Amino acid sequence: MQPTNTSIDSANPILEVAHEATHHDHQDNRMFGFVVFLLSESVIFLSFFAGYIVYKTTSLNWLPEGVTGLEVREPLISTIILVSSSFTIYVAEKFLHQKQLWGFRAFWLLTIAMGSYFLYGQAVEWSGLDFGFSDGVFGGSFYLLTGFHGLHVLTGVLLQSIMLVRSFFPNNYAKGEFGVESTSLFWHFVDVIWIALFMLIYVWQ
Amino acid sequence: MTNIPIDAIADIRSPEKPEDWRRFFGFSTDHKVIGIQYIVTSFLFFLIGGVLAMVIRGELITPESDLVDRTVYNSMFTMHGTIMLFLWTFPVLLGLSNYLVPLMIGARDMAFPRLNAVAFWMVPVFGIILMASFFVPGGSSQSGWWAYPPASLQNPTGNIVNGQFLWLLAVAISGVASIMGAINFVTTIFRMRTTGMTWFKMPVFVWAVLAAQIIQLFGLPALTAGAVMLLSDLTFGTSFFDPAKGGDPVLFQHFFWFYSHPAVYVIILPVFGIFSEIFPVYARKPLFGYKFVAVSSLIITGLSATVWVHHMFASGTPDWMRMFFMATSMLISVPTGIKVFAWVATIWGGKIKLNTPMLFGLGALVMFVFAGITGIMLAAVPVDIHVNNTYFVVGHFHYVIYGATVLGIYAALYHWFPKMTGRMYSEGLGKLHFILTFIGTNACFFPMHPLGLQGMPRRVASYDPEFAFWNVIASLGGFLLGISTLPFILNMVGSWVQGEKAPKNPWRAIGLEWLVSSPPSHENFEELPIVIAEPYGYGKDAPLVSNPDKLEIAHATN
Repeated sequence: MQPTNTSIDSANPILEVAHEATHHDHQDNRMFGFVVFLLSESVIFLSFFAGYIVYKTTSLNWLPEGVTGLEVREPLISTIILVSSSFTIYVAEKFLHQKQLWGFRAFWLLTIAMGSYFLYGQAVEWSGLDFGFSDGVFGGSFYLLTGFHGLHVLTGVLLQSIMLVRSFFPNNYAKGEFGVESTSLFWHFVDVIWIALFMLIYVWQ
Repeated sequence: MTNIPIDAIADIRSPEKPEDWRRFFGFSTDHKVIGIQYIVTSFLFFLIGGVLAMVIRGELITPESDLVDRTVYNSMFTMHGTIMLFLWTFPVLLGLSNYLVPLMIGARDMAFPRLNAVAFWMVPVFGIILMASFFVPGGSSQSGWWAYPPASLQNPTGNIVNGQFLWLLAVAISGVASIMGAINFVTTIFRMRTTGMTWFKMPVFVWAVLAAQIIQLFGLPALTAGAVMLLSDLTFGTSFFDPAKGGDPVLFQHFFWFYSHPAVYVIILPVFGIFSEIFPVYARKPLFGYKFVAVSSLIITGLSATVWVHHMFASGTPDWMRMFFMATSMLISVPTGIKVFAWVATIWGGKIKLNTPMLFGLGALVMFVFAGITGIMLAAVPVDIHVNNTYFVVGHFHYVIYGATVLGIYAALYHWFPKMTGRMYSEGLGKLHFILTFIGTNACFFPMHPLGLQGMPRRVASYDPEFAFWNVIASLGGFLLGISTLPFILNMVGSWVQGEKAPKNPWRAIGLEWLVSSPPSHENFEELPIVIAEPYGYGKDAPLVSNPDKLEIAHATN
């Protein structure tokens, strides 16, 4: 991240002090910016939720013909696993703070596995449904909401995989753990969104 | 990326040597270069959008539909609106904000320079996508800039890649770029302020940019959600907004206006910032009620999230919603009125210098007040129902977007031209530009008000001959506006090439950007300024920073 600063510093000692100061701020800036991004991203979900509520309360023919409702049991198991993975990723982070890389890797990998199971469960559920994306506003909003959220889970799992690989580079986390911290925050975000989504789609039928 | 350190080193070693002009055509991460890239790129699109407006006014100079085909006419007004908003006003103001915010808060660059460059380069990308939509079968989108379904769901040619598809794609990319920019601005303003630059020492322009960018963060995602659903209706056959298949077209209007009304404040707030910077300089007085002006921007941000349904009074909206949104819409005039009052009080009794930026600023203020009055009229449900979808609405928002915003942008471009280029512009050409623009704006957009009150609908290629009188005047005004850009282009290009060299602070203005050379060095400040005074200390004779002689190396070596 710092080629610019380093080369300027080496060229001009006067600037060194000032650049050192901005260097330390840099990490915090990225976290601040990432939180701002997540706040903004949450509005997309809120918009979809609002749209879902409008459709659910105003549609004349809510469920497509032949569809009676959604199976809750399997999605509930997936939900419990996804929510639990917020705890495993937290434990993984704790290990990293204590510089225990193997503990970090173990719990991090567990988180990846749980996220992957959630995606697998969603794929199984989708393939067993007898309505499609274009079957009325119910079909459309179901696949839009779960699909858009699933895309976020997939992104989270990919980010986690990158961070896992990076942990094998020596001294990679010596200068801070922005990647791990932001991935973890993103994962919590994805979890919270899912809880709201589960309530809306599966509980409120 | 690797050329940056080399540039930086070269710049530090010989501060007198100007940087290579080619940096303006590459992936520079310098916020000043990106700012100018935004301004120049968006101005080119301004000219394209202007040509489309000329076609519209050419069609409307006679009551019959005789200049272009009706479908072409639909394309013209759709693309005119889209280009002017997404490719001119948004990016040009982002350019000014990019250039000025880091300088004004005493930072060397934005918080995320590379993100900044990526966000800029998405502008030409989606600009080209939007232009390409003219050339696909069936032509560009014809559903107006708001793309209401079911009109926007019609796809007569049956192609996947149709004009509306490309339109949605371009708007989506624009949205992503704007979110990236907004994250960057908010982070920069919160975290990159120099020592002593407390919230209430920040120039009002920075406050206004912050307020505007917060709107982008909460508004754009809603538009994105609506656009994704519209795109899937158009492309994948879903039925979110298709009433024939059980969808709800009014829901799209909610998504659209939840962003697109606040978007007007994204545009006008930085212009309010420009007014607040310019009037104190040329009236030689501190900004009246600085803290109220600063905070009122954030109040506008908050209120802007609660007014969008006033665009939908005629969309089957229930009465309680009409009443609620009428009240909130009128409430916006309070923080806005505070600002107008403060500007007038700033100018009042000042030693006014009527040069080009001040003329444009005053002209823009007058037209903004006029637009505000018609805005209050439109917020009232009975008036709105009467003039809904007529030229009255078109006249109102063109006074906001052209009268206030474009003239305000011109004011800013003249005011900061010496800072950006290191050259002075030609005052004579500038005044000619102002006279043509001011007359042209009023001649083009005032007639739309009586036309709307008489009932002429918007977005029509032909009309009843009884409307001909005002339409001819509007068209002549429109052509005059086209002509008015010529002295501006001549002035900007000519002065940049061979204008008189500009000193650091040609206007005797107070502000961090005026303490460094014109144009500023690559790093802006060698030593970051330490701010010790509130802004706008005109007539107070108090220094703004405690280390004015250490901001640049040139001083240390002299």
